Amino acid sequence: MLAKVARRVEGWLEERLELSRARAFLSHKTVPVHRYAVLYYLGGMTLFFFLIQVGTGILLMLYYRPSAEEAFESVEFVMTTVPFGWLIRSLHSWSANLMVYFAVLHLASVFFTRAYRKPRELTWITGCLAFFVVLGFGFSGYLLPWNQLAFFATKVGTDIAGSVPVVGEWLLRFLRGGDRVTGGTLARFYGWHVAILPAAMTLLMGVHLILVQVQGMSVPPGREGEAERRRPMKFFPDFALRDLFGWILALGILAAFAALFPWELGEKADPFAPAYKDIRPEWYFMFMFETLKLVPGGEVLGVEYEAIPILLFGVVGLLLVLVPFLERGGKRAGAFAWMGALFLLYAVAMTAWGYRSMAPIWIVLATAVALGFLGLGTRRASGPEADR
Amino acid sequence: MQPQRGTSRRELLNWLLGASLGSLCGAIVYPILRFVSPPETPEAATREVDAGATNDPELLDKGFKIVRFGSEPVILIRLAEDEFRAFAATCTHLDCIVEYQKDKRRIWCNCHNGEYDLAGQQVAGPPPRPLDAYRINLVERGAGARQIVVSKA
Repeated sequence: MLAKVARRVEGWLEERLELSRARAFLSHKTVPVHRYAVLYYLGGMTLFFFLIQVGTGILLMLYYRPSAEEAFESVEFVMTTVPFGWLIRSLHSWSANLMVYFAVLHLASVFFTRAYRKPRELTWITGCLAFFVVLGFGFSGYLLPWNQLAFFATKVGTDIAGSVPVVGEWLLRFLRGGDRVTGGTLARFYGWHVAILPAAMTLLMGVHLILVQVQGMSVPPGREGEAERRRPMKFFPDFALRDLFGWILALGILAAFAALFPWELGEKADPFAPAYKDIRPEWYFMFMFETLKLVPGGEVLGVEYEAIPILLFGVVGLLLVLVPFLERGGKRAGAFAWMGALFLLYAVAMTAWGYRSMAPIWIVLATAVALGFLGLGTRRASGPEADR
Repeated sequence: MQPQRGTSRRELLNWLLGASLGSLCGAIVYPILRFVSPPETPEAATREVDAGATNDPELLDKGFKIVRFGSEPVILIRLAEDEFRAFAATCTHLDCIVEYQKDKRRIWCNCHNGEYDLAGQQVAGPPPRPLDAYRINLVERGAGARQIVVSKA
């Protein structure tokens, strides 16, 4: 009976959507298997945390009030009074951080395995832009609880934008919605956070994912032989189920973090109170923040010293987006790999320095060990008998 | 004879998998359902409020004014020099706020033409129930006009 209904529904949909074509596509789609195949799961993991962000973000919007008078109180209300409000907000904060972390891992893995090579330049560009959007999400979301930490971090962050030559002043006023960080800034950041950035992200992710589906996974240079020798994995169900397993594991870890270490709210922002000692941005902006601390005051050729590292970071971002076109089909790949490695090393070192803690270094090492372990695992699982 | 097997290994595994997925969904859906239902926010109970002087110009001019009674609106009507009445200003039909029409001596709701008499009884239009009445006290406070105090009946 039930099977009959299901068949009829399927038939009805088939006549309209031609599902069999999608199914045929999926059933033929394969994922190459080789030593670094574990890196293929990083993008899906980032997507998973993004979906968590969408879900919890929509829920938080039900109670959040974007004004200087009410923002802090509404978040406090969510944390203390709304059933499971503490959980939803903690999930949102933790998942945001994990999303950025996995986005960085995904970006780095694609960069170092040179998966951006022709014909995947557009996938790379949309991915880089999506990464910048993620950082924008982080920066705008940080202010929304309207606490002291967020207030001062936003003052500093937008002030940095203000020191960009020529357009700085306009940029600062554009970001703040005026000369100062006020309730107007909060409303503006809220608009970015829940409307503009999500729209941009939907577009970028749509293109990115379609391209990934159509073009398939890139095999890293040097691993073509191995990928040729070993039987590729079927995307459905083999790869998809592994992905799903990872997602369930991630959900468990995320829920544990959110439950055991609920995100703090801090004190309500007071524009007339002195900034306290540990004002700092989110960890992923830490290395830039620390870099700026090292720059002395002064100016050269009408450009403030402060603007120099900012411009350099801008150039790094631009180089990153343009890598597929600049590395000349691999002729300069080595140089780019070294530059990338040095930049990562610098960022990790500065982050550790900023926190006066070795934790960032341990986290990076632990990640490397975990990925290496998982990589070896996939290698063994398919074994020599899986060779074709 | 082969012993009759009640459940095959596959059925058991399918059942376990289904039960795990079911509880996972439950663990996700339950908090969401609780989260979206707004918690009760206890309000400080208001017993009485000061509604201003008997010679309030707004009262003299329009014959009524809307007073905040805690978070509820209350309509205060001036019928004569010393005659005041107060009712819950929320129309019993669909929650609009009523007004007093001095010339027609009636309480009127503009949303759906609900009409109440000066005792708060619904007399025409859609309202299903009368407006709740509030008690009025006129008190002397030093010199000047007397003060109107509205309290729960």
